Amino acid sequence: MSTLEIRDLHVSVETKEGPKQILRGVDLTIRQGETHAIMGPNGSGKSTLAYSIAGHPKYTITSGTVTLDGEDVLAMSVDERARAGMFLAMQYPVEVPGVSVANFLRTAKTAIDGKAPALRTWVKDVKVAMEQLRMDSAFAERSVNEGFSGGEKKRHEILQMELLNPKIAILDETDSGLDVDALRIVSEGVNRVKSTGEVGVLLITHYTRILRYIKPDFVHVFVDGRIAEEGGPELAERLEAEGYDRFLAPQA
Amino acid sequence: MTTAAPNTVTTTDHSRAVADGAHSHGVGGTPQGSRAERITSFDLATIPVPTGREEEWRFTPVSRLQPLFAEAIDGHGIRTTVVAPNEVQVELVGRDDARLGTAGTPGDRTAVTAWNSFAEATVVTIPTEVVASEHVSIRVEGIDTVATASHILVHAQRHSQAVVVLDHLGSATLTETVEIVVDDGAHLTLVSVQDWATGAVHAASHRIRLGRDARVKHVVVTFGGDVVRVTPDAEFTAPGGDVEMVGLYFADADQHQEHRLFVDHAVPTCKSRVTYKGALQGAGAHTVWVGDVLIRAAAEGTDTYELNRNLVLSEGARADSVPNLEIETGEIEGAGHASATGRFDDEQLFYLMARGIPEIDARRLVVRGFFTELISEIGVPEVEERLIASIEAELEKSMSVLGA
Repeated sequence: MSTLEIRDLHVSVETKEGPKQILRGVDLTIRQGETHAIMGPNGSGKSTLAYSIAGHPKYTITSGTVTLDGEDVLAMSVDERARAGMFLAMQYPVEVPGVSVANFLRTAKTAIDGKAPALRTWVKDVKVAMEQLRMDSAFAERSVNEGFSGGEKKRHEILQMELLNPKIAILDETDSGLDVDALRIVSEGVNRVKSTGEVGVLLITHYTRILRYIKPDFVHVFVDGRIAEEGGPELAERLEAEGYDRFLAPQA
Repeated sequence: MTTAAPNTVTTTDHSRAVADGAHSHGVGGTPQGSRAERITSFDLATIPVPTGREEEWRFTPVSRLQPLFAEAIDGHGIRTTVVAPNEVQVELVGRDDARLGTAGTPGDRTAVTAWNSFAEATVVTIPTEVVASEHVSIRVEGIDTVATASHILVHAQRHSQAVVVLDHLGSATLTETVEIVVDDGAHLTLVSVQDWATGAVHAASHRIRLGRDARVKHVVVTFGGDVVRVTPDAEFTAPGGDVEMVGLYFADADQHQEHRLFVDHAVPTCKSRVTYKGALQGAGAHTVWVGDVLIRAAAEGTDTYELNRNLVLSEGARADSVPNLEIETGEIEGAGHASATGRFDDEQLFYLMARGIPEIDARRLVVRGFFTELISEIGVPEVEERLIASIEAELEKSMSVLGA
């Protein structure tokens, strides 16, 4: 069983005024089959956590460790992390003109598995996954994320998650900007992956709305670069009722 | 003076389409008249040495082209070799040959100096109704960088069919005219490859004249040389003509590659398609694409579309893209253009790598994807294979830069 362990993670980002500390000691353990929700107000560092784990060059790890089954994730390049079983569904997926979705998916699958997928089963797998996400088959021939609507981009992220079989999937505000129908479709995709019991999911969200569709096992409230409170699904319900105000109240 | 046409004249200017992909319509920096008013002449005195501020020279490093602006250019810096199947006629003729100078008229200084300076012309004729059994190869090898003028005429006679591949390699300082005369019902594919070595400076005026129901595929491929400027003009002289103009370029550090096209729809029911794509990498890499299309009042039933796309692979490279469409009649099938310049940036690299794809493969994926569709449109397998190999070689260069 795979486990992602984040220990005392401190991360800074370079700004015009010099390095700015964003994460201030994050501790989190995610096991295969578990679903964790990270909730928090804007600017609390939720996305920084996601991108630091994936290895985005903008962020500098100043201290702490991240390991996947004991392997040092922070020592790996971005592509090595993905091949080790990490997946990040991005909040703002990037356009890659001239590269078709079909070609991109096949190239990624080949890289992750270390060998090209068997053509017949692969074509069928892609087709089925796209149908389940209500994506038109013409989608496969479009350039990656180019001209996609917000909902199409998010479905495309979930499509990749379903096809690449990661051990740990981090979903960075996948729910933001989605209408109710798209939210339901995307959530179904996440639940299909969850139901295999083989993926640990870290669901980062600002809103409680998506948690009506995807049931977390654990909820962590993120404030000012660290986890301020932890609990079960009931914590999400409390946040829905009370908002984040209680965490943001000025220290007396 | 503005154009006298009674109908609408539409022009757009994408000259500010730089690396960030921004571009504007209708508010270019330089006011420009109708393309129909551009001065063309066989006379040196009519087209003076440019300063660099002229519309047709504003993107060009004119100082590096100075040797090609001279009144007399008498160097012998190239060696031309033609290999053709027996049914195709190849001749070397004097300046006074009456067949020369029938396709269009020089439209800029290097074109007019080429016309006035060349000593002998290479004439390739595909005779009436002949279907060439193999492609014709014209190999231009630069052997000395002394300023040189040359002239090539490719004449596809009525109902003939042929593929002509014009290759440029070695290093030279060359102003070249390529006349392409395609008579009624003939089908000609002409591929011009600029695969020059470092140091080459090359200006080429391609002038295409199409007869009734003539079909031309004109392909320009530019990889090498310091400064390369190709100006293909296509002129329809009778209805039913069809021209497909395809271009592919890859500029490295400090290379200037400029392609300026003009399609003159002067007669009814002709079709033109222009598709140019370029990649740039390295500081000082500069590409310019200008596509002028003029649909004259008489050219009813015209169908035209032009597209330019640029892929900027690294910092410090600049792509200028300026499509201009002038329409003097509303009775047309269709007319449009598109221009887009995008960059392969760190975010794209992160996105692809975050899906397990190693950096070198991510870059290859993007560049191959960008060019593949266009290459498959060329329709000449040996040329396609060579292009794919050349693109791979360009990518290897960029990889070694990254690895340094």
